[in-house]
Amino acid sequence: MNKSLKMILVLTIITVISGVILSYWDSFTKPKIEAHRANKMDKLVRAILPDNDSIEELKIGGKTIYKGIKDDEIIGLVFKVEGGGYQDIISIIVGVSPDFSEINAIKILSQKETPGLGTKIVDDPSNDNPAWFTEQFKNLKIEPEIIFVKGKEATKNNEIQAITGATISSKAVVNILNVGIANIKKMYENKK
Amino acid sequence: MSQKKATLMEEFLRGIWKENPILISLLGLCPTLAVTVSAENGLAMGLAATFVVISSSMLVSLLRNIIPSEVRIASFIVIIATFVTIADRYLAAYFPEISANLGPFIPLIIVNCMILGRQEAFASKNNILRSALDAIGVGIGFTLVLVVLGGVREILGSGTLFGAEVMWSGFHPWAVMILPPGAFLALGLMIGVSNWLNELGEKK
Repeated sequence: MNKSLKMILVLTIITVISGVILSYWDSFTKPKIEAHRANKMDKLVRAILPDNDSIEELKIGGKTIYKGIKDDEIIGLVFKVEGGGYQDIISIIVGVSPDFSEINAIKILSQKETPGLGTKIVDDPSNDNPAWFTEQFKNLKIEPEIIFVKGKEATKNNEIQAITGATISSKAVVNILNVGIANIKKMYENKK
Repeated sequence: MSQKKATLMEEFLRGIWKENPILISLLGLCPTLAVTVSAENGLAMGLAATFVVISSSMLVSLLRNIIPSEVRIASFIVIIATFVTIADRYLAAYFPEISANLGPFIPLIIVNCMILGRQEAFASKNNILRSALDAIGVGIGFTLVLVVLGGVREILGSGTLFGAEVMWSGFHPWAVMILPPGAFLALGLMIGVSNWLNELGEKK
C-alpha cells in the first residue's frame, strides 16, 4: 500500500475509534456530572438564602436570577457571576440584598486555581476557619465598589483581605463580583 | 540495552526504583511539583497516571506493527488523550471533590513526558506482556513518589496526613511546604536521598 495513504488511514481510524469510545463514555458520565452540578447549585441557593419561603426564578438575557421570597417580600437575590481567574474561569454564586446595596454571601461554584494556593479562595486548610475568605463577603457593601487590602486586616465595610500567596485569585474574585454584580443590577433594574 | 533480554521481573521492577520516572529520569515533573500539596492529591494523580500509562502502553504495543513510524507520535498522543479523557470524566462523575482539587492537571497528563516516553522508548518496541509489566512498574514508581512527596509536604505544611491530624497540638505548619518552593525543596531532598541510597548499595 502507498505509504502516505497508510499514514492517513491508520491515523484516521485511530481518531475515529477514539471519538466513538469517548462519546459513548460521555453518555455514561455526563448525567452524573450534571447531577452533581445541579445538586450543588440548589444547595448553594438555599445556603445563601436560608430563611425563605419560596424561590422564584427570573430569566433575563440568558441569566437566571433566583429571588428568595418570604411573606410576599423579596428578601434577597441570588445569581451566578463569572470571570477569568488565574488559569481558568471562576464561577461564583452571589446573594445580594434586593436593593443591590450589600452582599449576603458568596460561594465559589467552580474554579481551577493553583492547587494549594489559589484554591484557598474555597478552602484554606492552614486557617482554623477554612472558609474565611468567602465569609469576609458577608454583609459587605457593594457601593461604590469592593476593594481588597494585602497583608493586613480589612477595616472598611467595603474591604476584604486578600489571601497571602494568592493575590491574583483574590483580586480575580473581587473583580468578578464588581463587574458581574453591576451588570446584573443594570439588567434587573431595566426589567423592573 | 542490546544485551540479552531482561527477565519479566526486571521489566516490572525497573520502573519502581532503578529507573524511577521521577527520582532517576526526572520525567513528569510538572504534575509532580504542582499537585503534591497533600498525600491524597498525590495518590489520585498517581493512580490516574498509572491507569493511563498501563492502558496506553498495552494498546500501543498491540498496534506497534500497524502504526507507520512517521505518524507514531501523533497516534500515541491520540491514544493517550483518549485514556486521559476517560479518567478525567470518571473522576468528575464519581469523585467530584478530587477532580475539583486536581483541576487542570488531570487533562495535562496527556502531555506528561513520562507517559509518552514509555510509548516511544518501550511499548512501541516490545510485546504486550512486557509493555504491561513495564507500565505497571513505572506507574507504581510514579505513584509512590507522588504519595511520599505529597505526604511530606502535607505533614510539614498543614500538619495533617490524608486529612488526619498527625502533629502535636502546638505545631505551627510551615506554609512554605505547600507553596511551590516547598515542592522543589522536598523533591530535591528526596532525589538526594535516593542517590545516596544507590551509592551505598553500589559500595557493598
